[in-house]
Amino acid sequence: MFGLVGAPQLAFCWINDLRRFVLIALPYFWLLALFLVPFVIVFKIALSDAALAIPPYMPTMKDGLSAMFLQLDFENFVFLTEDDLYWKAYLSSLRIAFISTVLTLLFGYPIAYAMARAPHEWRATLMMLIILPFWTSFLIRVYAWIGILSTEGLLNRFLFWIGVISEPLTILNTSTAVYIGIVYTYIPFMILPIYAALERLDASLIEAAEDLGCSRMKAFWLITIPLSKGGIVAGCFLVFIPALGEFVIPSLLGGSGTLMIGKVLFEEFFSNRDWPVASAVAVILLLILIVPIILFQRNEQRQQDAEG
Amino acid sequence: MVDTVFAPWDDPNVAPLISFKNVTKRFGDFVAIDDLTLDIFEREFFALLGPSGCGKTTMMRLLAGFENPTSGSMLLSGHDIAGIPPNKRAVNMMFQSYALFPHLSVWENIAFGLRRDGVVKDVLNARVEEMLKLTRLEKFGRRKPHQISGGQRQRVALARSLAKAPKLLLLDEPLGALDKKLRQDTQFELMDIQEQTGTTFVIVTHDQEEAMTVASRVAVMDEGRIIQVATPEKIYEAPNSVYVADFIGDVNILTGPVKAAGVDTYSLDFGGTEPVTANSDRAFAEGETVHLAIRPEKIGIHAERPDGPNTVQGKVLDIAYLGNLSTYHVQLPNGQIIKAQTTNTRRISRRAFTWEDLVWISWSATAGVLLDQ
Repeated sequence: MFGLVGAPQLAFCWINDLRRFVLIALPYFWLLALFLVPFVIVFKIALSDAALAIPPYMPTMKDGLSAMFLQLDFENFVFLTEDDLYWKAYLSSLRIAFISTVLTLLFGYPIAYAMARAPHEWRATLMMLIILPFWTSFLIRVYAWIGILSTEGLLNRFLFWIGVISEPLTILNTSTAVYIGIVYTYIPFMILPIYAALERLDASLIEAAEDLGCSRMKAFWLITIPLSKGGIVAGCFLVFIPALGEFVIPSLLGGSGTLMIGKVLFEEFFSNRDWPVASAVAVILLLILIVPIILFQRNEQRQQDAEG
Repeated sequence: MVDTVFAPWDDPNVAPLISFKNVTKRFGDFVAIDDLTLDIFEREFFALLGPSGCGKTTMMRLLAGFENPTSGSMLLSGHDIAGIPPNKRAVNMMFQSYALFPHLSVWENIAFGLRRDGVVKDVLNARVEEMLKLTRLEKFGRRKPHQISGGQRQRVALARSLAKAPKLLLLDEPLGALDKKLRQDTQFELMDIQEQTGTTFVIVTHDQEEAMTVASRVAVMDEGRIIQVATPEKIYEAPNSVYVADFIGDVNILTGPVKAAGVDTYSLDFGGTEPVTANSDRAFAEGETVHLAIRPEKIGIHAERPDGPNTVQGKVLDIAYLGNLSTYHVQLPNGQIIKAQTTNTRRISRRAFTWEDLVWISWSATAGVLLDQ
């Protein structure tokens, strides 16, 4: 009797287990195929030697599996430490990413604050205006800045016209242009999380702070800023992480003086055709990025815990 | 002679703590407060009662300093406070949502106002501990607001607003978020704390029972005006208008022309078989249409016609059984329904009346109040 009752139940359990396994396995398979496997390939290339061949490195599978693994070494990583170009580029990228994150925060916070305080019926429109630039190609938008910032560009002509300057300003091909480009491109990533945090803020908290003796300014520092901290941290990481590896903006707007690791990486790959060194640069860049990414994840986690 | 009754409003020598003088507040075309004049005295527990949108919250925000009057003046201890920002007023507020700072612990929430005043550390610590003790929160000082219950949050909000020992404490629907049982307990707690601290409380509520329980005086508001200000007993027993009578508790209204029927006595023809008589201190003209307001518990219900002035026959239409009380809805021959309430001193199986029974209801001439509006 028990066997008769048990069999369909067992089958049901088995199907349920399978279903759960598939549900969990699918996203992991996705991550494995699209992130881990490419990373392993890049890491393998980083351990190889440059060669005049197609692909431009050796050893490859053609040399046999055991030979391929035996000939790998850390030569390229050692090379990165010997040539000061690389660590200077890393440091310079970190500095530029950090300064532009701070600048983006300084410009983004007031915009997010104004949006959160705007009348309810305006907010969707304002949000749309923030997102709208994404509908145009990123490349075209950065190109447009060349037209604005160049010596004969719109900005110089405008400043000349209103009489602020008599000599055209050199902005294009300097670090300033890179900062302008990064702040312009990434400011929506700063505004959106801060706006989300500020919009949830209960207005009566500010009134309560004022009622207990705070001036407007003090209430802002003691209540608004701490309660939007989650949004600020999220926004800073969302700007810092892509800005660190940024390639398009420094190569289009920056001059030869602006050293950024993204640009070095590009030149190593396409101008030098030294895939192994380029791969080593990429691996180190990834390792540098892992720290802020983990911190970002932890911030998100804490945020969720605090709400739950 | 020691006067033990707390009634500073009857003493012309006592200066009020707060006085509103012809205060009007407009938001665009909307008049939230309409030419309001009112005195509130020290150590009072004053309740502002009214339906939503009657202006009670606006009045509270005027007192806190979040709004400024469009015209008129507001005095606190004799000084005009119009234009003084909320952080410079000796007035604190307990918010309806409690508005506890979620990133600060209970202890830090209570200390918040004291820190802004730059209170010395020892004094501050002592004061916060005192507040925690007063509100029975000693064990919860280190917790964050989201780690405590609704009732505890309510007490934190109270402790925080009392910490600076304000001259006036404003409470905006302070018990609105609590369930009924907890609300009733907390009402008595609030009264105890008010007595212990001697602070003047102004409470905003739409719950008439709450206002009656806690307040020394109640102001019934409607459409930006105060309809009546009086002690809970007077508001209940001697309302000045049908609006107040109807807003506070249950009431039966009989309407019709009056005729004088002796000293301070009138006979009112409400359209029944015979007119009813009622006493009134107030004089009415012959034939004036007036309203007689009688509370259900002041109406008796009988099987046989009793002796007395006001007896009307009717049919039991409905019985609302509330456990301790029963309310009978009795339909009169003219169609009007009168509510009569009796205490259930007997078990329900021995109830004297049931649906469709013909009964006599009666009340004394002094049971009701005659009102002209």
